[in-house]
Amino acid sequence: MDIHEYQAKEILSRFGVPVPRGGLAYSPEQASYRCTEIGGTKWVVKAQVHAGGRGEAGGVKLCTSDREVQDVANGMFGKRLVTKQSGPRGKLIYRVYVEEATDIARELYFAIVLDRRIERVVIITSAQGGMDIEELVAKRPDAVIRTTIEPAVGFLAFQAREIAFAIGLEAPQIAEASRIFRRAYRAFRDLDATMLEINPLAVTGKGDIVALDAKMSFDDNAMFRHLDISELRDRSQEDSRESHAADRGLAYVGLDGNIGCMINGAGLAMATMDMIKLVGGEPANFLDIGGAASPERVLKAFRAVLHDEKVKAMLVNIFAGINRCDWVAEGIVAAFKDMDVKIPVVVRLAGTHVEQGQRILRDSGLPIISADSLADAAEKVVAAVNSPAAGADA
Amino acid sequence: MAILIDENTRVVVQGITGRIGKFHAEEMIDYGTNVVAGVTPGKGGERVFDRPVFNTMKEAVEATGADASIVFVPPPFAADSIMEAADAGIRFCACITDGIPSQDMMRVKRYMRRYRSEQRMTLTGPNCAGTISPGRALMGIMPGHIYQQGRVGIIGRSGTLGYEAASQMKDLGIGVSTSVGIGGDPVNGTSFRDHLELFENDPETDAVVMVGEIGGPQEAEGADYVRAHMSKPVIAYIAGLSAPKGRKMGHAGAIVSAVGESAQEKSDILTAAGITMAPNPSAMGETVAWVLTERGLLPSLA
Repeated sequence: MDIHEYQAKEILSRFGVPVPRGGLAYSPEQASYRCTEIGGTKWVVKAQVHAGGRGEAGGVKLCTSDREVQDVANGMFGKRLVTKQSGPRGKLIYRVYVEEATDIARELYFAIVLDRRIERVVIITSAQGGMDIEELVAKRPDAVIRTTIEPAVGFLAFQAREIAFAIGLEAPQIAEASRIFRRAYRAFRDLDATMLEINPLAVTGKGDIVALDAKMSFDDNAMFRHLDISELRDRSQEDSRESHAADRGLAYVGLDGNIGCMINGAGLAMATMDMIKLVGGEPANFLDIGGAASPERVLKAFRAVLHDEKVKAMLVNIFAGINRCDWVAEGIVAAFKDMDVKIPVVVRLAGTHVEQGQRILRDSGLPIISADSLADAAEKVVAAVNSPAAGADA
Repeated sequence: MAILIDENTRVVVQGITGRIGKFHAEEMIDYGTNVVAGVTPGKGGERVFDRPVFNTMKEAVEATGADASIVFVPPPFAADSIMEAADAGIRFCACITDGIPSQDMMRVKRYMRRYRSEQRMTLTGPNCAGTISPGRALMGIMPGHIYQQGRVGIIGRSGTLGYEAASQMKDLGIGVSTSVGIGGDPVNGTSFRDHLELFENDPETDAVVMVGEIGGPQEAEGADYVRAHMSKPVIAYIAGLSAPKGRKMGHAGAIVSAVGESAQEKSDILTAAGITMAPNPSAMGETVAWVLTERGLLPSLA
């Protein structure tokens, strides 16, 4: 789960990491008022969206009057900011963060991630901040320092000091920088984050160290013990198809094709999508109905797939182990009764209670196209989507 | 013998009094698995399917001589249950639970390193379908009837895609020595590499199928092992060719976030290590059959 910059800064600040003074605004007028509250003569207006690369995309602007802040904010609200990370549709801006401008002497890079290869938390730092880290790793791999945290002892003081010296901080800043690094790590660890990035971590003209930008992502599986964090979820930043499905307990990822998919198990779902692509189709979504799916759950999954108007045909592929084909079949029949299903539906059932499931579908008299293997199902659904009947209203 | 489990394995079900634990305990018993006990803290003294329930893993192991456990404990408590099993002297543990926080799993792995490697419990999962040695023992949630007994090992991250592989093989008369689910989480107990080694040393396995997916380095680590140490043929499929970068495809670990983690890159890495790739997920069975025939191994299976 991702959160906004201003939320990440609130969290970091709570753990003792210095951040510039700032305030959130929901309107241009409020943005202008924040200038008075914050004081000073220069401010930065920052669009709050869940995507990196805001600066280049025009989502971060320096202003020198409260009037200018208001105008800039006015130009941002209600727009969709398209950055290199946002996807082509961009992310809706409905809050901006107004911050005092910082006199930057140096820009450093600081991040904490979970490294799957070594199954440890790793601190990534560089003296070259402000740049995209992927770009930096590609261009100057030697400029990136990786520090592994041992889970038994945590982030040690000497490791933090080593980093501070290695990124070229001056002697009077070492102790403060080391404290900031370890406080950031504590936020990461205590809140079950999976990623924390401060880019840039700035050294000001006066020699202070502040987090100028902040990004945090959290482990969805750990949200049961961080209800305050889970409340920071912002649905406006999500694909509406995905929010709809997630609210119904379904793992759904929206894609750009026109063949709706409903499958049990993540691996089989990916393999089915691969098969559709191999025979010339384009999947509209990834959807895993999970284990022990009741007819009601299948009905909800059906609705989630048809919620996407691009869907011109649908493929149901179930290899039941912990699931039951008869329950899935009942759910499909219920979906046809509940909704006006106009598109071709191809169903492949295998595994537990497959005969009962197939009988339910046959006896229903519904126009369901049945398939007996993964390849057969993919070919039939691609043929259906390309047939004139399905293409008529496309 | 197959790897990890057989008819002599004595299994404890952790979380046996819960709805899911109870359902699968019965399925495992029906398959013929030697389920000797259950553990649920506070329910000690009860009986489920005529098996004793204990409060702690230590009591269960002392009373029954159990050497394996399967975990159905809910995610907030599952990591603790795995460590309890390791501490009680369990040799093999399959954790079915989906949704354990990554930091909890890092703690589990750190804890298990306190045991010398020869005494360390082998953990599979979390978020896996379990392990089956067809005709001998089932420790998991898979439908036993789709696995034919035979001489090909399977290692898979995904449960249902593993079923697809086993059933395609069965349709062609090819059986399985052991099928191991390693799970779809980013931090898991053991991976392809560990089980490839067990299969390489198992006299009852002739070939191994790897069913992988996008995300993480484990398929590539498996490929390194195959190139350097395997004499037996390996066949593989990597799911997720059509998955977009940076999106989590259901499994917590199925996300392309680094170079080398996409399905195409992994397929290239595996091919370069001498592994035969199934061209599509519907051709896993026939690719296994083709490789076995090439190596003159198929007649012995029939």
